Amino acid sequence: MAGLEDLYKEVILDHYRNPRCRGELSVPPATMAEGFNPLCGDEVTVYCEVADGRLDKVRVAGQGCSISLSSASMMAETIEGRSLEEVHDVIVMFTTLMSVHEASLGDASGLDADGLPADEADGRVDERALGDLVALRGVLRYPRRIKCATLGWTTLTRALAEAVAGE
Amino acid sequence: MSTVQTAAEPTDLDASLLKADYPILARKVHGNRVVYLDSAASSQKPDPVLDAMRSFARTSYANVHRGVYTIAEEATAAYESARRATARFIGAPDPREVIFTRNATEAINLIAHSWGRTNLGPGDAVVATEMEHHANIVPWQMLAAERGCELRFIAIDSQGRLDLGDLDTLLDGAKLLTVTAESNVLGTINDVGALAAAAHAAGALCLVDACQSVPHMPVDVTELGADFIAFSAHKMLGPTGIGVLWGRTELLDAMPPFLGGGEMIADVRLDGFTVNELPWKFEAGTMPIIEAVGLEAAIDVLEGIGMARVRAHEVRLNRHALGTLNDRFGDKIRIWGPPDAEERGGIASFSFDDIHPHDISQVLDEHGVCVRAGHHCAKPLMRCLGIGATARASWYVYNDEADIDALADALAATAEFFTV
Repeated sequence: MAGLEDLYKEVILDHYRNPRCRGELSVPPATMAEGFNPLCGDEVTVYCEVADGRLDKVRVAGQGCSISLSSASMMAETIEGRSLEEVHDVIVMFTTLMSVHEASLGDASGLDADGLPADEADGRVDERALGDLVALRGVLRYPRRIKCATLGWTTLTRALAEAVAGE
Repeated sequence: MSTVQTAAEPTDLDASLLKADYPILARKVHGNRVVYLDSAASSQKPDPVLDAMRSFARTSYANVHRGVYTIAEEATAAYESARRATARFIGAPDPREVIFTRNATEAINLIAHSWGRTNLGPGDAVVATEMEHHANIVPWQMLAAERGCELRFIAIDSQGRLDLGDLDTLLDGAKLLTVTAESNVLGTINDVGALAAAAHAAGALCLVDACQSVPHMPVDVTELGADFIAFSAHKMLGPTGIGVLWGRTELLDAMPPFLGGGEMIADVRLDGFTVNELPWKFEAGTMPIIEAVGLEAAIDVLEGIGMARVRAHEVRLNRHALGTLNDRFGDKIRIWGPPDAEERGGIASFSFDDIHPHDISQVLDEHGVCVRAGHHCAKPLMRCLGIGATARASWYVYNDEADIDALADALAATAEFFTV
């Protein structure tokens, strides 16, 4: 199942089986936001605790498929403890990674020979900063699953906005 | 086209004889034979249906009820022939009671809009069930918000059957009972005849969402005793873009039109209009004419098989599926809905090994097996069941035991893939 292994890379399955930063935080002091994927009924809740311009703690709760759970797990692991500026950069990079050539994904013409997005936006994506999250590029071959991968992120953005507003 | 005889006492349907009429089933996906198990969402279309549409469009196509030239007459005759075939297929006493719509959703909206706005107000109630498709919930919620009427729901029990213990209370003061003939998630077949009788006894009308029944079993509206039924052609071997509303003449006659435009009028002056007679009163604008021809061809195919045989075939596959999946996977699989093959339509929604339905569906696709994953447009029901989503396999005339076995094999591979 070569195609499947491109989507379900080992690191994704690892985060799915052993999700990091799983749990809840008390609100307040934490802020939280809920996200839904109307397509599949997935629900995710993201909790953020911000202090002195730093994202001290992130927790993720809810239910979802392997792609949405692992993406949220990798997200939390990547951003916890980072400055809000760094968190913002990671969000922008990941969102860019997931949105490249969205319009042309239907016929896969935006993908290079490896089935990965051949796009100038790649230049703006710092793979080291994204770490394990780069594994989610395989999702781009399956347009219906992109929303699964981004659910945790759009929810994080809302939880963060509330935290920043309260700072 | 396959040669299959009609039989009063149904003989087994040999799906392998039919498969040749469905070229898509000979396709390969990811190197595997396509095993199409998503007919509850939409059925495949056999060559006789596609051929009839193509042949009509190539030789006899024109707008209907407009021109007096030969081809326009032929097109009109073909369109009205589809109406008569539909009426015959569902046992409607009069073809004028068959209204063509875009799909079943539009048919239900037509009732809510036209009958509902005229007949419902504060103090009135509509009764639906917890197992309805969104198409039979949201139009009533919209109506309730607009008209101030109340919306009540019949609950389901732990085995996915309607809990009718409170039926009399729920129907007290109700003006309409709207219920699905068969759950598109659970496969539960409801006794809509008894429900229609209960509704009438309480002074209410009964609308039946027949999307999952008309394609899969004999349905006779006169026997059923309902007041309205709605279904879509695309779930019964026919094309997308055409659905059917059947209603009793006196009710349809008393209802105001739904959409305004051409065809639905008898006369238009600058200061007003008079409406056309049934059924055209509800068919504003140019209708799906080629699709109507396709619907008649689909009915011909189904009548050629015989609806009793279609039903018997699906019960046989139910037995095979419930037996195979439960034997093979035991506690790892939970098939929702009633446990008895006879109580179900050809639908099996299941939870499997704590693997998310999206992931199941993705791996099954790798094996060529097409199933639906998600909430199946029945989110209130999913909440009742306490789950976010299920995977759903559904079968039809062109499926056989080998397709169910392919599903079981692919599920075993899925479990292996996701297990540490």
